[in-house]
Amino acid sequence: MLQIRCPWCGDREETEFRYGGQAHVDYPRDPAALDDRAWGEYLFVRDNPKGEFAERWVHTAGCRRWFTTVRDTATNQMRAELPSARKPVM
Amino acid sequence: MTSPHRLDSSVRAGRVDRTRRLRGTVDGVELSGHPGDTLASALLAEGRIVAAPSIHRGRPRGILAADCTEPNALVQLHGACPEPMLTATRVELYDGLVAESLSGVGRVGPEADTAVYDKKYVHADVVVIGAGPAGIAAALSAGRSGARVVLVDEQRELGGALLDGTERIDGHPATEWIGRAVRELVELPEVRVLTRASAVGCYEGNYLLVAEKRTDHLAEAGPQQPRQRLWHLRTQRVVLATGAHERPMVFADNDRPGIMLASAVRSYINRYAVLPGQQAVVFTTSDSAYTTALELLDAGARVPALVDTRPDPPAHLAEQVRAAGGQVYPGSAVVGTGGQERISSVRISELDEQGSLTGTPREVECDLLAVCGGWNPVVHLFSQAGGTVRWDPVVAGFLPEEPTGSLPKVVGAARGTYDLAGCLSQGLAAGAEAATTSGFRVAVPPVPPVAGDRPSTRPRPLWLVPAEEGTSEQWHTHFVDLQRDSTVADIWRALGAGMRSVEHVKRYTTISTGQDQGKTSGVNAVGVIADALMAGSPGEVGTTTHRPPYTPVPFALMAGRDRGGLHDPVRTTPMHSWHVAAGAVFEDVGQWKRARYYPRAGEDMDAAVQRECLAARTGVAMQDVSTLGRIEVVGPDAPEFLNRIYTNGFAKLPVGKARYGMMCTADGMVLDDGVSMRLAEDRYLMSTTTGGAAGVLDWLEEWLQTEWPHLGVHCTSVIEQWAAVAVVGPDSRAVVGRIAPELDVSAEAFGFMEFRDTVLRSGVPARICRVSFSGELAYEVNVPAWYGLAVWEEVAEAGADLGITPYGTETMHVLRAEKGFVIVGQDTDGTVTPLDLGMDWVVSRRKDFVGKRSFARPDTARTDRKQLVGLLPMDPQQQLPEGAHLVDPDGPRQPPVPMLGHVTSSYRSAALGRTFALALVADGRRRVGEVLCAPAGGTDIAVEVTKPIFYDEEGVRRDGRQYE
Amino acid sequence: MTVVSTNESSTEVAGLRRSPLAGRRDELAAAGVEGLRGVRLGEEPFLSQVNLRVLPASPAAAGVEQALGTILPREPNRVTGDEHDAALWLGPDEWLVVAPDGRADGIVEAARTAMADSPGSVVDVSANRTTLRLAGPTSREVLEKVCSLDLHPRAFRSGQCAQTLVGRAQVVLWQVGTEPAYRLMVRGSFADYLADLLLDAMAEFTHR
Ligand SMILES: [Zn+2]
Repeated sequence: MLQIRCPWCGDREETEFRYGGQAHVDYPRDPAALDDRAWGEYLFVRDNPKGEFAERWVHTAGCRRWFTTVRDTATNQMRAELPSARKPVM
Repeated sequence: MTSPHRLDSSVRAGRVDRTRRLRGTVDGVELSGHPGDTLASALLAEGRIVAAPSIHRGRPRGILAADCTEPNALVQLHGACPEPMLTATRVELYDGLVAESLSGVGRVGPEADTAVYDKKYVHADVVVIGAGPAGIAAALSAGRSGARVVLVDEQRELGGALLDGTERIDGHPATEWIGRAVRELVELPEVRVLTRASAVGCYEGNYLLVAEKRTDHLAEAGPQQPRQRLWHLRTQRVVLATGAHERPMVFADNDRPGIMLASAVRSYINRYAVLPGQQAVVFTTSDSAYTTALELLDAGARVPALVDTRPDPPAHLAEQVRAAGGQVYPGSAVVGTGGQERISSVRISELDEQGSLTGTPREVECDLLAVCGGWNPVVHLFSQAGGTVRWDPVVAGFLPEEPTGSLPKVVGAARGTYDLAGCLSQGLAAGAEAATTSGFRVAVPPVPPVAGDRPSTRPRPLWLVPAEEGTSEQWHTHFVDLQRDSTVADIWRALGAGMRSVEHVKRYTTISTGQDQGKTSGVNAVGVIADALMAGSPGEVGTTTHRPPYTPVPFALMAGRDRGGLHDPVRTTPMHSWHVAAGAVFEDVGQWKRARYYPRAGEDMDAAVQRECLAARTGVAMQDVSTLGRIEVVGPDAPEFLNRIYTNGFAKLPVGKARYGMMCTADGMVLDDGVSMRLAEDRYLMSTTTGGAAGVLDWLEEWLQTEWPHLGVHCTSVIEQWAAVAVVGPDSRAVVGRIAPELDVSAEAFGFMEFRDTVLRSGVPARICRVSFSGELAYEVNVPAWYGLAVWEEVAEAGADLGITPYGTETMHVLRAEKGFVIVGQDTDGTVTPLDLGMDWVVSRRKDFVGKRSFARPDTARTDRKQLVGLLPMDPQQQLPEGAHLVDPDGPRQPPVPMLGHVTSSYRSAALGRTFALALVADGRRRVGEVLCAPAGGTDIAVEVTKPIFYDEEGVRRDGRQYE
Repeated sequence: MTVVSTNESSTEVAGLRRSPLAGRRDELAAAGVEGLRGVRLGEEPFLSQVNLRVLPASPAAAGVEQALGTILPREPNRVTGDEHDAALWLGPDEWLVVAPDGRADGIVEAARTAMADSPGSVVDVSANRTTLRLAGPTSREVLEKVCSLDLHPRAFRSGQCAQTLVGRAQVVLWQVGTEPAYRLMVRGSFADYLADLLLDAMAEFTHR
């Protein structure tokens, strides 16, 4: 079982978290402006690398905060836990 | 009575307590021994070396090892804690032990295991696995730093291989050094020592699983004392001092009882004071077995032959053996064995430089053959953790590569260091380093002087000793894996079939797939393959991957406390005790126990549900709806937020009113639904489905935190702040009026989808909302959870004269299905849009919301998608099974049969006096009026497709009696 | 909600309340043992609990602190105050204010007034969770059977809290004393499960 570092609560067991998939897949600013292919890519297409992968988790049994880590999918080493937020829209 | 093969205490004291005698039975024959004995040592002390016949070929087998590598001596334990597939070498003898030998296959008994199995989560700075000299040294130097240290060993006492030998440390027997170390470790407050504990798994991030046996060795355990405990260890650093396992040799008839690992012979002599044979041949490829020969001689056995594959064994060793009365045969090998059941002779042949036989073989009588094919460093845990290994030709074994990052540090024999001074020195250094890097700076202590220890000279591994006749593919008695009965011939057959990878050969031959996971066979198989492929070294063939568990773990231990009622939380509402007292039948909804129906005497479910439905449609009924999810959504941007999350609009919902809402995932599929109330301009109370509560909260937080952090909105789960009673039916107004006297409950004053805060007659503060999931006039009375039971009873009492009827989830389902109201998760499955459900009215055309774009995707916009419809079986008494497929009655009935859809909900309706169902059917809305067919249980049920509403289509009933 | 608070209503109404483990008071009390290896379990019902969301270090947060006379801990997993009046860190902008029975409405009103129009939220969650108290010399050992957190005094001390899993139930775990003593705040529907789980974990020490 993975031990995951919540950027707020610290090291916790994987069972306290829920996986949120690939990070940095921002919700399109104007979905209606996307053609079907681009919208389909947003919905369904994700990377699946062997090696470093930026992904999101939510500390669902703890502080409920979403955050982004970089995990090596071959070794499960994780680093760089940061709150997941895109730049605020001003 | 003394066991015939137990050595006199003047010869060997051993680690057994001769003042006490323990008695058990094996295969119905009595057995006695002492505390400190294993089942195997007690059997050997009585001369019982023979184990059960082999699994496939029924060949006689005997005890081979003294540790967890044992492939032959499998036993099944009977008695209070029956357990199959244990090795006699690891079962400690206790009074009353009843064991049965197994030919490779055990049986799990039908009776429940009532013992307590425990888990424990412990965090440490340094975990040391293995308490031989290197591990003890590591624990000492790490422990002195003040770091949290856990030392783990699978034996009953610390010392490892030191207990099998006669080495001296600091001028005293090694056992005295061990004793001092144990006393020091016990005194250190942050050091924990686990004995009888096997590290079975070593995972990334320095996470270890350790299976500890706590009472297995006791005739009787105290009440509630855990029999075994699974330790979950998280640590900064791991030091592996797991030692090395001796390899057997592969030669003709190498499986006869009386053939034993040389290290095991040594262990039985020194640790258990048992002499396993009187006339012992020793067959070795390296120096270590010379010590075995000397100790055999010292213990009173004869050694008519020490057979060494090396033409030039170290002269001083050979001389010592000769001086003690043994014979040495250098440059030779044992090429065959004789005997009826137990070994009675060996044939010895000289080897040439290539390892082929030469000269005339000679026969030597014996009752024991001690073999040493070399040593395998125990790299299992290192490999599990992600470490890699390489073949080292000097020590003739797979060694761990120097670890990187936080991978475990390997010390001592586990990294091919076989001299005691080296083990102590590596252990002390590794312990200090592990503590220091964990933040507990400490110096490396000096290495104590040792005696009885010599650097080894180079071994000459011989993977395959040729038989005197035939060729390799015919060598059916050269056993590689004794537990699986796999031979050199089997490996050649695999190679002949084209396999080259050891992973393939392993699966083809089943080598190393037994309970012992190939501890004595894995590397030998690699050697035989290398030999056959004429590879330069076993390293070119590679090794198999080590996977947890290192030794078998009972399922009961993995389950731990999560059994029976603790297997999964059972969630109950504040009114649960009332439902139980009322005789409710419950159903599981997620983790919740919800009342399904309340049968009266003589009623089955159908009868009870008919009665409950009738009460709700014609009088008044009540349901506990406390399990619905509730989230307070607060902040100036809460209206905008809900507008984005729900498919329909919430920004313009007036304060004091409620609205049904549906939410979709970005792909346009229904995620959840529920009614949200607007408590204030900046406050909503959202309700979710019972099962969706946690997921919806995560969903809301995801959007708020990752996409719209600029929105001023906060969500707080208040699921269990509230208990809720649904009061349903034409008479519900009267009942609510009675319990809430301050409230004007008239339809004019209290409209549909409105809510009021009030104080009940009892003084309890309540929020009452007019919502309906049945189509009837209905109220939902919400109170702080701790009032739930009192208010439930208050409602029941207030409605008693009106015959208020408690109803459960089954009736709720029937009532809502009659109205065509869907249940997310039952009538939807993540592939259904609101439009598929015919709920266009809930999808806003004016605003954007999550999922909207997807409704224009070609697949989502198809008109022939599966759509929600109603079904009426042509036979009004026939009930469709939920999940039944629907097919064209005139279509093909041989596979592939085109499936048109499936039944999602199916009930018997009191109001309709017949059965009905909801279904998802391709192009369903166009099919209304068609007859389809549901093949179920060998017969076809003909059904008519209808609109998904069966009752009060005009919706006149929701305001109650005066409007009928 | 903004209806009458329990301290204003009659004790008769308060008497209608029933805590999730009310029916098991005697059973829990009987399960405890005293002594060097002792451990005790009981329910502390009806604590006032208010969930507070406010931007840390903002004027609104300062106002709330002043209104409540409490410091909102900025460091994760920390508690300010004592076991009677406390603020528990739940998240970077989230706290649980805990006080004796009957104080929730006052806290809600004071905090909302102090927060005025600033972004944030104040929600009474007193009935959402009940509180189990696990105390005694072996209470940490009991918890270590069912909770994966590092509870060693070097890592978790009196005055610390954590939202975590105990068994399969989400709890707010709060060490309130060095004996050690813990509060486990758990949603009402999980209370029976949690009590069963802890009683089972205690059995090694209570059956001697
Ligand atoms: Zn967290």
